[in-house]
Amino acid sequence: MSSPFAIEVERLSKTYEGKVTAVEDVSFQVAAGEVFGLLGPNGAGKTTTLRVLITVLRPTGGVARVLGLDVVERATEVRQAIGYVPQERAIDRFLTGREHLQLLASLYHIPKDQAPARIEAVLKLVNLEHKADEVARNYSGGMKRKLDIACGLIPDPKVLFMDEPTLGLDVESRLKIWEHIRQLKARGITILITTNYLDEADQLCDRIAIIDGGRVKAIGSPNELKSGLGGDIVTLTLAAGDLDKVEGLAQAVKGQAGVKAVSTKQHVLDIRVASPEAALPAILSAVTARGCRLEFVDYHRPRLDDVFLAHTGRRIKDE
Amino acid sequence: MQMYMQEVGALTMRWVKRLSRERFSMLFTLAQPMVFWLIFFGNLFQRTANTEVTQAPSYIAFLAAGVVVMTILNNGLAGGTDLLFDKENGFLERMMSTPISRTSVVISRFLFVMTITSGQVLVILGVAYLYGVHPVTGIGGVAVIILIGLLFGVGLTAISMALAFSVKSHGDFFSMLGFLSLPMIFLSTALVPLSAMPGWMAFFAQLNPMTWAIDAVRPLILTGWAAALPKIGIVVIVMVVFDSVCLYGAARAFRRTLG
Ligand SMILES: Nc1ncnc2c1ncn2[C@@H]1O[C@H](COP(=O)(O)OP(=O)(O)OP(=O)(O)O)[C@@H](O)[C@H]1O
Ligand SMILES: [Mg+2]
Repeated sequence: MSSPFAIEVERLSKTYEGKVTAVEDVSFQVAAGEVFGLLGPNGAGKTTTLRVLITVLRPTGGVARVLGLDVVERATEVRQAIGYVPQERAIDRFLTGREHLQLLASLYHIPKDQAPARIEAVLKLVNLEHKADEVARNYSGGMKRKLDIACGLIPDPKVLFMDEPTLGLDVESRLKIWEHIRQLKARGITILITTNYLDEADQLCDRIAIIDGGRVKAIGSPNELKSGLGGDIVTLTLAAGDLDKVEGLAQAVKGQAGVKAVSTKQHVLDIRVASPEAALPAILSAVTARGCRLEFVDYHRPRLDDVFLAHTGRRIKDE
Repeated sequence: MQMYMQEVGALTMRWVKRLSRERFSMLFTLAQPMVFWLIFFGNLFQRTANTEVTQAPSYIAFLAAGVVVMTILNNGLAGGTDLLFDKENGFLERMMSTPISRTSVVISRFLFVMTITSGQVLVILGVAYLYGVHPVTGIGGVAVIILIGLLFGVGLTAISMALAFSVKSHGDFFSMLGFLSLPMIFLSTALVPLSAMPGWMAFFAQLNPMTWAIDAVRPLILTGWAAALPKIGIVVIVMVVFDSVCLYGAARAFRRTLG
């Protein structure tokens, strides 16, 4: 029963109707109190993984446990302990915000005398008090999202699952939702979010799993993943006419102090450097010595973007 | 048990609230067409319908039982619609992620549809009453008519929910319903008695559970208990079989989509 992890997923697979394999051999663990992110592009299998964890979908392979409870064998107990914020706005347009929360309170068997206080508290947390008695069809997208989150908080969950919490929201609403999530974390709730926004994974999550094509490609804190790339990144783009000098320059740069690795792609050099102070002057003098003309120079600390590219071989579609 | 009552009560109230906010569309799509069938169809065919064939004092009197059962049919077949929307927009999944009994949502839907259907049956009988169709078996007969309606309605609502859970798209759902409902009406004794049908239609009508329901309701309105009782006995047996098949299918469809 007592497990150090709030969520454990071991070799999880899900094949829909014996055909579409949405998730394959996925394993990860989430410590109690963590904000954990599943980062991946559309169709990566994020929602499928979440659906298994919230007990509405049976896995075709592997096991998943929430608070030490198997999601298939002990589904009812799992359901009592979790909250869920679905990807689509699962809102009944004919009901008011308060009526949604009243319904959810009854479904979680909250005693009638305690429900109103819980509902008030949750409405306040997401700043929806002033709209609580309006029918949901009059809500804006952001307000619907807030109501979604409020619904997920009604059970006072130990573990909260949020599927793309800020998808399609404007910048201001996104920041507000991030703030809510941080508040929830401060209360000790374990939170699993899915996202295809790099900045969301980077700034909000303690740890992330990069998932692509139904498989986990890398797991770690954003900083671990970035340093795992082995150094800062210097990109040199040579002028189109200097294509023949690319290989020579790469060889010359390779031996320099502070340079860890060099790769080329057409007229672009991708250089990983351990200590930029030593490497940058050396790289630039190599360029001058060989008479190469530079079109563009870029130097940056690794971003999650680079991590994603390194592990999946492509860039995440970032709106 | 108390928990079960709490969740089923809350889910049923949700349907009631939705209805109260969609009052107009509800009125126009469900109640009205049936009343129109009775009034327009009933009056239109008053002179052409041969009372010796229908064995009823007027065509409206003959038609009343048919329209009552058509109401049950349409309400039952439309019974899964709201669940279809819930499935499509994720509300169903939200409900299923809560610690409710797996049967509560479906049970709440049955309770709601059955209540609405009973109310509408009373409306139809009320309108028929204004046209001089007074059920000869009185209040007791009306109560039995409603019970037959409930028996038939359970199976129909189950079919509708099974469809709602299984279909890939919403268009499929509505075209299947349309496909089911008209033949059910025309291949039954709702509009003409078996004796007046072409042979092949009469053959199919006898396989239609709707015919059995109408044949039990009609004597309750027109003839009396003596004629009705044997028919009621038969319809109970037919409906138990019909409901068992429908519920079995619905349970399978439900499990397939929602584990
Ligand atoms: N009910 C289903 N039946 C069949 N295939 C499905 C079903 N649901 C999802 N899939 C498929 O499984 C794969 C993973 O889908 P999933 O919804 O888990 O992705 P996702 O990472 O959540 O994507 P998104 O960012 O678009 O929400 C996709 O190829 C999808 O087409
Ligand atoms: Mg998704």
